[in-house]
Amino acid sequence: METTKLPPSSPSSPTTSFSVPSAEKVDGFPRRSMRRARQRRSHSSSQFRYQSSQVELTPLPLLKDAPVAELHDLFCKKLQQCCVLFDFLDCVADLKGKEIKRAALNELVESVATSRGVLIEPLYPEAIKMISVNIFRTLPPSENPEFDPEEDEPTLEASWPHLQLVYEFFLRFLESPDFQPSMAKRYIDQKFVLQLLELFDSEDPREREYLKTILHRVYGKLLGLRAYIRKQINNIFLRFIYETEHFNGVAELLEILGSIINGFALPLKAEHKQFLVRVLIPLHTAKSLSIFHAQLAYCVVQFMEKDATVTEFIIRGLLKYWPKTCTQKEVMFLGEIEEILDVIEPSQFIRIQEPLFKQIAACISSPHFQVAERALYFWNNEYILSLIEENCQVILPLVFATLYRVSKEHWNQTIVSLIYNVLKTFMEMNSKLFDDLTASYKVEKQKELKRERERSELWRGLEEYEERRMQMLTEAARNQRNLQERSLASPRRQLFVQKLPPLPCKAAAPSF
Amino acid sequence: ASSRCGEDSHGKLYKNDTETQLYSLKMYSIIHIFYSSYHLWKYTIYDEDEVLLALAEQLGNFTMLVGGPEYVHCLLPPLESLATVEETVVRDKAVESLRKISQEHSPVDLEVHFEPLVKRLASGDWFTSRTSACGLFSVCYPRVSSTVKAEIRQHFRTLCSDDTPMVRRAAASKLGEFAKVLEPEYVKSDIISLFTALASDEQDSVRLLAVEACVSIATLLPQEDLETLVMPTLRQAAEDKSWRVRYMVADKFSELQKAVGSEITKNDLVPAFQNLLKDCEAEVRAAAANKVKEFCENLPEDNREQIIMTHILPCVKELVSDTNQHVKSALASVIMGLSTILGKDNTIEHLLPLFLAQLKDECPEVRLNIISNLDCVNEVIGIRQLSQSLLPAIVELAEDAKWRVRLAIIEYMPLLAGQLGVEFFDEKLNTLCMAWLIDHVYAIREAATCNLMKLVEKFGAEWAQNTIVPKVLGMANDPNYLHRMTTLFCINALSEACGQEITTKQMLPVVLKMSNDQVANVRFNVAKSLQKIGPVLDSNALQTEVKPVLEKLATDSDMDVKYFAQEAISGIQSLL
Repeated sequence: METTKLPPSSPSSPTTSFSVPSAEKVDGFPRRSMRRARQRRSHSSSQFRYQSSQVELTPLPLLKDAPVAELHDLFCKKLQQCCVLFDFLDCVADLKGKEIKRAALNELVESVATSRGVLIEPLYPEAIKMISVNIFRTLPPSENPEFDPEEDEPTLEASWPHLQLVYEFFLRFLESPDFQPSMAKRYIDQKFVLQLLELFDSEDPREREYLKTILHRVYGKLLGLRAYIRKQINNIFLRFIYETEHFNGVAELLEILGSIINGFALPLKAEHKQFLVRVLIPLHTAKSLSIFHAQLAYCVVQFMEKDATVTEFIIRGLLKYWPKTCTQKEVMFLGEIEEILDVIEPSQFIRIQEPLFKQIAACISSPHFQVAERALYFWNNEYILSLIEENCQVILPLVFATLYRVSKEHWNQTIVSLIYNVLKTFMEMNSKLFDDLTASYKVEKQKELKRERERSELWRGLEEYEERRMQMLTEAARNQRNLQERSLASPRRQLFVQKLPPLPCKAAAPSF
Repeated sequence: ASSRCGEDSHGKLYKNDTETQLYSLKMYSIIHIFYSSYHLWKYTIYDEDEVLLALAEQLGNFTMLVGGPEYVHCLLPPLESLATVEETVVRDKAVESLRKISQEHSPVDLEVHFEPLVKRLASGDWFTSRTSACGLFSVCYPRVSSTVKAEIRQHFRTLCSDDTPMVRRAAASKLGEFAKVLEPEYVKSDIISLFTALASDEQDSVRLLAVEACVSIATLLPQEDLETLVMPTLRQAAEDKSWRVRYMVADKFSELQKAVGSEITKNDLVPAFQNLLKDCEAEVRAAAANKVKEFCENLPEDNREQIIMTHILPCVKELVSDTNQHVKSALASVIMGLSTILGKDNTIEHLLPLFLAQLKDECPEVRLNIISNLDCVNEVIGIRQLSQSLLPAIVELAEDAKWRVRLAIIEYMPLLAGQLGVEFFDEKLNTLCMAWLIDHVYAIREAATCNLMKLVEKFGAEWAQNTIVPKVLGMANDPNYLHRMTTLFCINALSEACGQEITTKQMLPVVLKMSNDQVANVRFNVAKSLQKIGPVLDSNALQTEVKPVLEKLATDSDMDVKYFAQEAISGIQSLL
């Protein structure tokens, strides 16, 4: 499958694709000029396009003044009125119409939220249609192809004044005590949900916030859609991980999942375990992990709390994807490991302690002090400390050499003092083992030093040999030239052959 | 053993069957070792995607190592498992290797070993194996029996309506390729329905891949079927509600145009292209703008001019003042190409105003794209027409804050100079060329010296002597040592073009004088320059003037000066 052929499917790539030719020629300024373009217009909307012809809106009577008999009819008319879309990029266009729609939406929201008995069956299709027409749209290409959610301001949805009210209406509609899932499920179907999920890619955080709450309610009320929703979220994540690396709503979706996982029945279904192993754990590889790491870690811990047997999968998965060069991510991984260790069962801890503490030792010796510091903080956690103490015989030998070495070598004074504390803790835990390890460490160190000395001697020997050899060769060449010059006059003589000096005998067993 | 491909090299060695068997046995042991080490890789230490990627790639070249085509099928199991991993690059590589070794299977082996693997992948549980299967159908289809062919078609059909969008995307991206290996009757009966379904998929990421397939499918069908089988879908794609799909149509427009032929282009694609040029998303407009020249070039000749003038040009005019700079810059990179198509009169009347508007655009990229393509227009109307309007733009760009823009302008100087002639150049551009010599970016100074050389080649030594050389030599007394070095670099570049007389009489004294410079960098560049201009000087000058100076430099206190002086002495040795 040629996923590389997919670019236009990721909102960022078409933009990059046309900045490329110029970037080749005039590298350095497309980025800044992009930014400038962004500042000019940080609102975007592709909503308006679908409006074929503009309709003039006329204000309808207020809902609250309507006689009961006409209430539903009027409600319906207002819903239809709200299906008209307006151009918000042109902020002065049709101000009157915009105001009428805003007022109508406000009324609808209030009516659904406060009065009972409004939601009768014939209104469902109208309401869902109004919602669909307003919120479902192809999200516009990102204004900023290198959009970094942590650094840059998001592009906001221009039609938000209306859109917000539509979302608000939808939410109230779902939360209304009159809401009947059996009626709604005919209109809120799989296609509807799929479009709803696609909107999570919106760059506007306000929109994603609404979507999150709404999807949560839909999941809660429409049981028939649950499996489908989970599956589609899976697909979004898999595509995010392996194809596009771009999706704005990962954190929001994970937040919903957190509460979904919370409600999983025991024993866990194969589907859910698969989701953990094949989706949640690989999500840790994402470049933009920092944006959704808190939510992701929460989901992972939820899984563990549900079923302790998945612990080993999780830890081994994290170790497999442990960041090799990105220290910022390493700190996040360490944070997640601590969250996991906080709730780990001692029996599970024993199963993963070896690979885990090898990694922790590696982190302690990281030259980046934040990584080392984060790892050393584990020893401030009482529960973790008790686990370490129980398994001191295994763990101490794994980390001892690192602790000892780093305590002597680390450039950062805070790290050195933290390590002293850790060493002290270990000494108090098991002084016998500690002393043994100290002794063997010193022996090992001596051996290492000896090896090092031998190695450097060997190199020196080789260098001397090479130098002597070069001397001999130049001498030989000179002699040969002399010989040739002389041989013009005198009969040919045997060429002078210089013997090479012997190699230093130490070289017999080099230990590079 | 008769079908062994190692026959040429090994075949003669086997006198009887026993030897052949022995050989096979050896091969199998190699295969065994290979397998066990493979399992070691896969399941123990190196479960790293990078390693798996390398493995997937190498296995594609393993045919000879496992005993030739007869045994190539033993590479299938490891590749099969690599084709199911999650990491896309690994999977793609495994599929690539599988495609490669599929060609080395005999038709029998293909049915016995390869095709079952494709089927297994196609019906795998996890989406990864099914996506991989999509890439394998087209390589085995042409070489299997008709019953197996029917099965393969069925599998492909199933994957096109797979549950997961990832698989549908994979199928859609291979649709065109698969259509090419199918018998024509099946293209009509099978492919068209799949194509239509994928092109109206609920996910835009699938729909846009169908657009790509559209190109191959359209080329496979006879002209009379296109209208009914392909065009409805293509029309729909050009007006898709997702900009990504429209972008794809715009991006593939030239290919589509060639595939559907001139008649449909005239009736359908011209209005579609107009719409894309007016699309509400800048991305789509930019993609379409990029295709303007190609599209026009490929229009049927008989009424090309009329179509362009009445349909395309009005849209192009609007794009010139588009709100989005990327659209304008995409247009600027191709718009000059239209002049060759439209001819001199139309260019002057209709295009020239557009070029000039773009030359004055606020965005430097747009201006640069126009300047970079001047030669197209030059062929049609000659640059003089443009020069008056060009000049302000050039002067402005020559002082642009971005050095790469300045660099691009410098590179066009010799062309402009050639077109404009000496007088115009002296009057308007000479000062610019000299100003670049003292630019604060080295790359600009370097390009400026190179530019001077090309100018001298064009205008001749006499011109150089009167205009450039005095100014260049004047810089030798500049307080800034970088400028003094520029003098040397200019001399290096110019000496040959200026000839012996100017070099000996005017340049050499300056260089020699600079050997007393207090900055070591200048001194060793003097040494380098002397070596460089050596071939232009006569041996008398070398002997009496150059050599003594170099010998003096060879005793300099600075190590580098000494080194380059010695280099230069041995360099000019042969000239003496």
